[in-house]
Amino acid sequence: MSRRSPLQESKAVKWLLIGVAFLYIALILLLPLGTVFYEALRGGVATWMEAVTESNARSAITLTLLVAAIAVPLNVAFGLAAAWAITKHDFRFKPLLLTLIDLPFSVSPVVSGLIYVLLFGAQGWFGSTLQDRGIEIIFAVPGIVLATIFVTFPFVARELIPLMTEQGKSDEEAALSLGASGWQTFWHVTLPNIRWGLLYGVLLANARAMGEFGAVSVVSGHIRGETNTMPLHIEVLYNEYNFAAAFAVASLLAVLALVTLVLKSILEWRHRGAIAARGH
Amino acid sequence: MNRRVLLLALSGLVLAPLASCSGGDSGKSGGSAQLLNVSYDPTRELYRDVNDAFARKWQAEKGQKVSFRMSHGGSGKQSRAVIDGLEADVVTLGLGYDIDVIAEKTKRLPANWQARLPSNSAPYTSTIVFLVRKGNPKNIRDWADLVRPGVQVITPNPKTSGGARWNFLAAWGYGRKAGGSDAAAQRYVTQLFANVPVLDSGARGATTTFAERGIGDVLLAWENEAFLAQNELGAGKFEIVAPSLSILAEPPVAVVDENAKKHGTSEVAEAYLRFLYTPEGQEIIAKHFYRPRDAQVAAKHAGRFPQIELLTIDKDFGGWGAAQTRFFSDGGVFDSISGGKSRSGGAR
Repeated sequence: MSRRSPLQESKAVKWLLIGVAFLYIALILLLPLGTVFYEALRGGVATWMEAVTESNARSAITLTLLVAAIAVPLNVAFGLAAAWAITKHDFRFKPLLLTLIDLPFSVSPVVSGLIYVLLFGAQGWFGSTLQDRGIEIIFAVPGIVLATIFVTFPFVARELIPLMTEQGKSDEEAALSLGASGWQTFWHVTLPNIRWGLLYGVLLANARAMGEFGAVSVVSGHIRGETNTMPLHIEVLYNEYNFAAAFAVASLLAVLALVTLVLKSILEWRHRGAIAARGH
Repeated sequence: MNRRVLLLALSGLVLAPLASCSGGDSGKSGGSAQLLNVSYDPTRELYRDVNDAFARKWQAEKGQKVSFRMSHGGSGKQSRAVIDGLEADVVTLGLGYDIDVIAEKTKRLPANWQARLPSNSAPYTSTIVFLVRKGNPKNIRDWADLVRPGVQVITPNPKTSGGARWNFLAAWGYGRKAGGSDAAAQRYVTQLFANVPVLDSGARGATTTFAERGIGDVLLAWENEAFLAQNELGAGKFEIVAPSLSILAEPPVAVVDENAKKHGTSEVAEAYLRFLYTPEGQEIIAKHFYRPRDAQVAAKHAGRFPQIELLTIDKDFGGWGAAQTRFFSDGGVFDSISGGKSRSGGAR
């Protein structure tokens, strides 16, 4: 009787497990995604084009991209700073800061939206001050941006912290001992070390920023052609029994998310040598 | 080189969207006006037509271009948004109480707003009917059938939806008439809501739940919403059942004076709402299955609306203020019968 090493499964078990994994992915991911594209294109390409170029759809797409373009860079800057502070320095309230960064993950998106209504709404804490000065936050673009920043807040930091913890401080200490300035150390030592983690965090944050529904729904006011992001516009279309257009815009949103994923894969593939060397 | 690739990728992600952003039109350029109409859920199709017709008329009469921004949602939710600062020029909601609250909390329109336009500021009426599946498989004829075991009833949440509050009061009215007392009415609605599997936050969400997701045996719906579902979602898939008793719903409209003043739209906002009462406006209203106020237009379309005995909010429930406090406020009748368990269906 030949004994297998404990790490080796029989071929049948291996293929069974792989098969189950693929089946599961097909059922849970590919089938719904396929349905979206099938429904979107069922009426023909012309119908699809019409749905995504119609003026309310265009403004929803523009708003979604604008919100992501503001929220993601801000969270990159914050995420880098926070991860840097937490992993390269020792200070007293580190666990507290870590917990706070995770807060948006544990709070329901609806609550995230309501926070801003309570703060900046007409009846809220700063409501009358803002109104007197004619500043619109809630039910306008700034509110949507704020809510999006809130829900995408942890992605970059959460991606970087474990990576930077694992890498330790020795590279930076070496650079500093050789006379590099803090900025030089960050630019030439830390950033190259973490770039893949950073990119991954950006992609996650971006996908969430474009796809966020709950928090944005609360602060949007749902004004067509103005404060509806793509997810909200999809809901409007769906509720108007305009299913072809709803699925068309949904497919475009899915494509935007897929593009970022493909971009990431291409980058990973082209630089697989570097990734292997850096260990991420 | 690797860093440059990374930076390129990052800046591409960031800049591409910015580059595609156009300046966004301010909409207040010379000779044009813009109105924000914050409305309740099922009026999407109605106001699309009304807006077009009014814009044409206003352009012809005053030479001014008027465009509309629309926001739709559950009536109570929309009222809340206006209170929280959504700067509606006009509100067109599901029931008077939701505008009362705006007046009370924000003082942006006077408390007597409802007396400013004809017919209680409600340019049309509607009522609550049942929508059942083709062939009426559960044989639902009247309110009594809704509390049979095994019948699933779809209605939105009275906390957020205007239509749902009309539904609730119509049901209460039936329970009181059938049982002869308020205690009997309470027993009836308790049984009824025990048959409700999901509470959507707006009427349109409830219709979608019933018609698209295929949940439930009967939808308690605005009459216009029931007709729309019947027409839009394939003729012959649903049937409308007129119950023996229902309620006269008067969805009111009002200019939010302070907001309109701020935007310089007071005159056009007022004219917009008055347009709803004109024969042309009333025809559009009838076309979308709301019951017109204008006697002539109403007579012309009388055939399409079933004759139902209708309760009224003022005579049978002492007005919206009293009804809201008694039935729908925190700790009111609805809270006690739903036992605090809120089964909400999404953030609609």
